[in-house]
Formats: sequence, C-alpha cells, structure tokens
Amino acid sequence: MTDTLTPVLTDDWADDRAWTLENYRRRGGYSVLETALRSKPADLIEQVKDSGLRGRGGAGFPTGMKWSFIPQDNPKPKYLVVNADESEPGTCKDIPLMMASPHKLIEGVIISSYAIGAKQAFIYVRGEVLHVIRRLRAACREAYEAGLLGQDILGTGVDVDLVIHAGAGAYICGEETALLDSLEGLRGQPRLRPPFPAVEGLYACPTVINNVESIASVPSIIREGKDWFASLGTEKSKGYVIYSLSGHVAKPGQYEAPLGITLRELIDLGGGMREGSELKFWTPGGSSTPLLTAEHLDVPLDYEAVGEAGSMLGTRALQIFDQTTSVVRCVLRWTEFYKHESCGKCTPCREGTFWLAQILTRLNDGEGQEGDIELLLDLCDNILGRAFCALGDGATSPITSAIEYFRDEFEAGMHTPSAELFPPAASTLFAKEAAV
Amino acid sequence: MSLSETTIAELHELAARYPQKRSALLPMLHLVQSAEGSVTTEGIERCAEILDLSTAQVSGVATFYTMYKRRTMGEHHVGVCTNTLCAVMGGDEIFSCLKDHLGVGNDETTEDGKITLEHIECNAACDYAPVMTVNWEFFDNQTPQSAVELVDKLRAGETVQSTRGATITSWREAERVIAGFEDGLVDEGPTAGPASLAGLEIANANGWTAAAPSAKGAAGVADTKIEAVEQADTRRAESETIDEEKPDD
Repeated sequence: MTDTLTPVLTDDWADDRAWTLENYRRRGGYSVLETALRSKPADLIEQVKDSGLRGRGGAGFPTGMKWSFIPQDNPKPKYLVVNADESEPGTCKDIPLMMASPHKLIEGVIISSYAIGAKQAFIYVRGEVLHVIRRLRAACREAYEAGLLGQDILGTGVDVDLVIHAGAGAYICGEETALLDSLEGLRGQPRLRPPFPAVEGLYACPTVINNVESIASVPSIIREGKDWFASLGTEKSKGYVIYSLSGHVAKPGQYEAPLGITLRELIDLGGGMREGSELKFWTPGGSSTPLLTAEHLDVPLDYEAVGEAGSMLGTRALQIFDQTTSVVRCVLRWTEFYKHESCGKCTPCREGTFWLAQILTRLNDGEGQEGDIELLLDLCDNILGRAFCALGDGATSPITSAIEYFRDEFEAGMHTPSAELFPPAASTLFAKEAAV
Repeated sequence: MSLSETTIAELHELAARYPQKRSALLPMLHLVQSAEGSVTTEGIERCAEILDLSTAQVSGVATFYTMYKRRTMGEHHVGVCTNTLCAVMGGDEIFSCLKDHLGVGNDETTEDGKITLEHIECNAACDYAPVMTVNWEFFDNQTPQSAVELVDKLRAGETVQSTRGATITSWREAERVIAGFEDGLVDEGPTAGPASLAGLEIANANGWTAAAPSAKGAAGVADTKIEAVEQADTRRAESETIDEEKPDD
C-alpha cells in the first residue's frame, strides 16, 4: 500500500540550507550520476520511458518518448532547455523547488542532457523571482567547481554546459516554442509546428524542452528504479507529483503525492476549508484548465480522470474558491490576464481576448446587455482551436466552464454588479481580522 | 548618464556565454537597466552594436517584455499581485490601499523617487496569497496594513528582509543578479517558507514516505507515439502529432 503523501522532490525542503551542494550530497544527491553517465544514453531513455514519467508542465506527454524523438543521426548540436518560466495562474511548485533544492534540477539536467546527446543545456527561469535565480546561479557555479558540469564530468568523458537564463516578464514564454524564440533573443512568440522542437528547436537544432518538475524527477527514477516510480500513481498516470493548494483552504501549500489523489483528500489532509467556507469552484491545473465544482471533489487527480470530468490536470494548480467569491469577477480577472499576455501574433487571441474582457467588464459591473452570454460563448467558439497556440485556447476555459456551472451569475450581471452580490471584502485572507 | 567601460565589458561577457550571441539580449537589457535605471536609448544602441542588430530589433524586444522599463524607476519596485487568486484573497484591497497611501497610480513613481508601484501578474506563490514583491523578492501573506508598513520602511531607508529571501537591496542591484551576476546573498533566507512545507510536515508526522517499492510494474505505459498522444491531455498536441505523422502532401 502506497503512502498518502510521498515526498521525493520536496523531501529536503525542511532541511537547513538544502540548496548547497554539500547538503544535497548528504541526502544522496549526485550519487548515481557517474553510473548514469557511464551507461548507454539509449538505456537511460528506455528507463525514463518505462517509468511512465509524463511531462509535468501541463500536457502530460511521455518524457522518455519526447527524448526518443531527437534524431541522433542529425549532425547538428542537440540542446536541452528546462522550462522554468512558471507563470500559469495558480501554479507555484517549480519556484519553491528551485529555491529549496536547485541541485535536484541540475542533477536531472546533467543526466537528461547526456541521454539526449546534448552538450549544452539551459534553464529558462522567469525573471521575476530574484532569490530563485540566486539559488540557481549559485548551485550551477558549485556544480562547475565540483566537476559536475563542464568538460569530462567525473572523468566519464561526458561534457555538459549549463546556462541559467532569466526571462523578462512574459507569460507566453512558458509556451515552448515562444520560449525558444525568447531564448534566441527575440520577442517571445510561438512558432508554427511542425517542425517540432525535437527536429528544429533552438537555433534550428534538435531540442528537448521539459518542465522543471519532469527533469527534477529523473534522478529519482535512475536512483530508485523505473519499477518503483511506476508503482506509484494510477494505471496511465505514473509516479508522484506536487499538488499546489491555494485559496480558501485551511492549509494552502505544496503536497507531494502519487498521481490520483483526490481534492477531497488533499483538503482534508490540511484540515479542511478555511473556517465557514464551502467549496464553490476550483481549477485543477491553473486558470487555463476548465473550472470544476464541489461535485468533482472525488475525481482522482490524474491525467485521465480529470479529462473525463471535462477539464485537464494541467499543472495541478488547485486554486480553491469558496461561496463568498464571484465567479464573474474571477473570470473577468483571468480574461484581463490573457488579454495582457496575448503576444499579438494571431488575430483570434489578440482581438478575441480584448472583446471578451470588454463584455465581461460590463457583466461584472451589472451592466450586461441582452445576448452577452451567447456572445461570450460565440467568441470562445471562434478562439478555441483557431488561435496560434494554447494561450488562446486557455483563455476560453474559465469562461465556458463558468457559464456551464454558474450561468445564473452571468445573468445577474445584466442588472447587479458582482461586488454587490459578493462583497469582495468577505473573500480576503484578512476578512476575519477585519470583522473582529 | 553613459555606460561605463565595466558595464560594456560585462555586456560583452554576457554575449559570450551563449552559442549564438543574440541569445544574450534579454540578460543584456537587464544589465542595461541595472546600470542606467531604465532601458535607455544608449543602452539599446550598445546592445545592437555588440549583437550586430539594428536598434529597431533591440527596441522591439525591449518593448515586448514587462520587466523592461523605459522610464527611470524608483529605488524600489513594489509589485502587488492582482491576478485572480491573490486579488480575491486581498490583493485588490492592498493595491488600492497602496495607491492611496503613496499617491501614485499603476506603474508610477513616488515624488521622492523611492518607490515605483506596479500591479503584477501571477508570480508563482499562490499558496502565500495575497503576495507582494519588492525588487522581485517575495513578501508573503500580506494585508493592507503590512503593505503600508513595508513601503514606509522602504521609504525611510530601513532594512527590510523578504519573507522567503534576502535583505532588500535595490531594484537596480536586483536587475544585475537577474542579468547574470551573483551578489553574495544566496545564503540568506530559509530553504522554504511555511506553506511550501505543508505536505512534507504532514508526511513526516505520519511517517509517510515514497520508499515503498511494489511489483505493480509499468502496465499502462505508452509504447507508441499514438498511444502517448491518446494519453496526453491536450487536443492540440494530438492534432499536431497526427499532422507530423502524415506524409507530406
């Protein structure tokens, strides 16, 4: 029987100075690196494939398979790029991971780079997280000084160089091809696919782009074995992941568990909802995944079951909202975010988010017009699947799902401002203090 | 103001870190604003010169990303997250309270040049909502009152420590670290904040670990690309992979 919570990536977060090389090594860090670098790259890819590890950045594509797409007969250099541009609203797992335990990621980078034949790797971290950038830069320097990065790592003849690259504030750069453009020194705008990055990625060379959590999971698979990893989780969703609980719960935070735990279990572990709260709606994997409600409390949080429930597991960013919260206000704010972050490359997203925000603003103000709900749905229908990248698709998720579950609140927006129906002060963290 | 020789040498150093030098443009623009207080015309010209680009190409990048500032910044950048979850948890109230208290609007600087206030998007700290940042360091679980105290301290030049990071320096010094140069403050602050430890503490209290190998095996793991696509939960990945598998017309 597997334990309810299974700390692996989070296991050293309570340690003193876990970010140092010395303390990471004390926990067994880098202990299998040399063995890994002396095995065949193809064997490493097989191990990761067989473990069942799927991308932790949202889409859930099998990591080992992504690696196997790199054409090894291509004479061009290969690159590994870690997507550390964690920006999806609600998502807050990679930032604490890199702050606490940056060497876990770096060890994963070294093994993964070797597996795909890359001699150069990059960690593209969002720019707005100063202390995380400090910890990454220091860990990278320590790894070079210890001969864990650079030429002839640990005498194995393997070379891997790593650059810590900070972005400059653009949600779109979390989209992997926009990230590549950004890393090439361009505006971060998505590229047409195919060609896929595995064939023509960074500098038009074969490139693997993986999420922080995916790469940081690799050392544990090599150390503990693919069967161990595959023994955790559900049939098609293997392993452990970090679930990020936020909002109106008694104990927001990071919970590392095998895939398939339910929201009810997670909330109960932390002592339930905050006092006086009832669950109204939640996002399973950030704002780009359709909202779910209290009727979905027992859905196993794995890729398949959340999909069947009409949403997506995404980044396991569980934003919890209680009965004090206006869904119209929330949806408007998310829409303003997508409008602000739309890169402007394609018309459905650039213009669509602009119009969506205007309609939602008047509904939020209680000044909605006859037919506004239908107009929203029609606009969403014209964006979904017609935008250049997933940002446009994601922008429609909160709107269509909110209308599905809470249509009456949008109808109320024809005559009553959301702030009147749901006074914002009641939703705040300090609502209780204010009431005293 | 004009860029010093040291800064110009550092711009070259950044360019040399990459297989293709244009990749250094984002870090170089961070360094320019660290040295100059904003992305200046001279800074743009220098970057263009070093990278063999036109100034229009560099400006096009500088105006795309929100962290680059074309107007001279205050000593400290104060960010208030007003993305949905933080807004609901009190970010809206904090932002409006700070606007009143400081007498500035969004993206404006106080008269004494101490603080530039900006509402920011989700900064990946939702379990600490409502969240603020000072020079991109986290200030967790804020209230209107704590926010006012924070900015008052910053304006008075008092020492302020991030709730999960280092002692606050200045926006320009922070930009230098972001650009690619260490400042020696890495060992300040905790390994993790309290919310980050929520699950770990429960696991430890119950003796729960991941170390429980069983023989369930790897049934259900995708063996082919089609199976993998079926398992992946984005329709977009699916249609694109199918496109990829189709022979060229």
